[in-house]
Amino acid sequence: MRRPRGRLLAESVALLCAAAVAFPLYWMVLSAFKPEDEVLSEDARPWTAHPTLDAFRRVFGQQDFGRYLGNSLLVAVVVVVASALIAFLAAVAVTRFRFRFRTTLLVMFLVAQMVPVEALTIPLFFLMRDLGDVTGVPGVGLNTLGSLILPHIAFSLPFAIWMLRGFVRAVPESLEEAAYLDGASRARFLWRILFPLVFPGLVATSVFSFISTWNDFLLAKSFIISATENSTLPMALLVFFKDEGNDWGGIMAASTVMTIPVLVFFVLVQRGLVSGLGGAVKD
Amino acid sequence: MGGTGGKGGTPWLHLAPALVVLGGLLVYPVYELGLISFLEYTQAQVSGGEPTSFQGLGNYRALFTDARFGQVLLTTVVFAAACVVATLAVGCALAVLLTRIRALPRLALTLAALGAWATPAITGSTVWVFLFDPDFGPVDKALSRLGLSGFDGYAWTYDRYSAFALVLLEIVWCSFPFVMVTVYAGIRAIPGEVLEAAALDGASQWRIWRDVMAPMLRPVLVVVTIQSVIWDFKVFTQIYVMTNGGGIAGQNLTLNVYAYQKAFASSQYGLGSAIGVVMLLILLAVTLGYLRLLRRQGEEI
Repeated sequence: MRRPRGRLLAESVALLCAAAVAFPLYWMVLSAFKPEDEVLSEDARPWTAHPTLDAFRRVFGQQDFGRYLGNSLLVAVVVVVASALIAFLAAVAVTRFRFRFRTTLLVMFLVAQMVPVEALTIPLFFLMRDLGDVTGVPGVGLNTLGSLILPHIAFSLPFAIWMLRGFVRAVPESLEEAAYLDGASRARFLWRILFPLVFPGLVATSVFSFISTWNDFLLAKSFIISATENSTLPMALLVFFKDEGNDWGGIMAASTVMTIPVLVFFVLVQRGLVSGLGGAVKD
Repeated sequence: MGGTGGKGGTPWLHLAPALVVLGGLLVYPVYELGLISFLEYTQAQVSGGEPTSFQGLGNYRALFTDARFGQVLLTTVVFAAACVVATLAVGCALAVLLTRIRALPRLALTLAALGAWATPAITGSTVWVFLFDPDFGPVDKALSRLGLSGFDGYAWTYDRYSAFALVLLEIVWCSFPFVMVTVYAGIRAIPGEVLEAAALDGASQWRIWRDVMAPMLRPVLVVVTIQSVIWDFKVFTQIYVMTNGGGIAGQNLTLNVYAYQKAFASSQYGLGSAIGVVMLLILLAVTLGYLRLLRRQGEEI
């Protein structure tokens, strides 16, 4: 039907674009494995004959880098699990019930997505300070991981609820009635039947909460001030920027370490992600 | 919609956790943000050295008479618009391209795009700065080898416009994949016969896009446009990392970075909050416009 020559041209363009888009990532990984004198050379050669782990050794030899990595993972995992569970319940409420203020609530969730969370850094800073000082609850004040976890759960929820709605709605209500006829309890239906059915949607949603939490730079920079043992990865990255000349090999190695987990996660769930987005968009 | 409701129980029980979290960590901070923006709130008040005093619209008056704020606001709007247009153009063009190629090149382009999408903003920023580094980056070398000797050792972040261009490239790189994947999914949902009929009539690819695809994709395009506007308007990390906190003498400041500098670098929390409120109001206006668009399309929420 289509002329093969036109298609060949289109495919060449596509491959060129793919190469251009992948190039920054290639350069990042390449520079992480280059010996330092090659990274800091005027040649900027696109390959290396002497791959080395020196830059990674510098990164992991840096004080507490492993700890920063663990902190980042812990914060992201807690946020993903908590926001997925909370969003699931809320999504069930707004799709399976008719009640007053339902539409109002949905509009609020939509509006909440638009709130520039960066602008909330100032009030959240004081809120976290007071939570720590006044209530004395351990693990939630400034300089604690809780000060990163709590806001990120809140930031992830509106979008997660909005997106999960489509998945919950796609489960036929006849299934629900059949479950009740068979004598299933509400809780049983919710967690044993509905939850597994919308799980792909939860995974797709989780990508977004994982990435936005993992990427967070502003809150980590503003809230973890003195307790460096609670810092996260972005802070560890900035250590390699130095006035007397950046350690580009170290920066690229740390960037690689920070990028790989997200990349793996993303590629694993991309199928669910694409269909999930389709569902969210159709709404 | 009988559903679960028929079995007793209340939606509010399901909603309770979400409402508690959102109320405490989103609604209340928004209220606080508004409140602080009316106060004189600097280091002296935070440490308790001086009592907080109500300023009325004082912070806002200070903002709107501050020439720099007007400039930063304008810069933010223009920069966000440029990012949105570039992202949509690249994303849509590549989505159409994806429909015209076989599985293998399609997989290559999709994987590359997913990689860019997944890259954290901070590492994307560091990598792009390194690519354009005047001493050790490959881009300046490649450009000068192509005969553009003016780019040999060119420091992109020194000039205001080339610094913005560099940040724009990074933003397009990491945000076009969302547009591409979403629009591609939308095109796949268009019945094949419609596109075939257009192609048989001899319509060019551009006309097929303009007259057939784009009108059918309108809802999808509205969603990706609004998302892009919101993301690009509040860009922080890229500007902060790539231009080192807003560029030389603040030449690359955008609203978000400006608010951060005011609040956390110079401890003028009241002024920083007022900037936040202005941002909030602008994005709220965009959202309401979006809702009206949805309603006009007859979408049920």
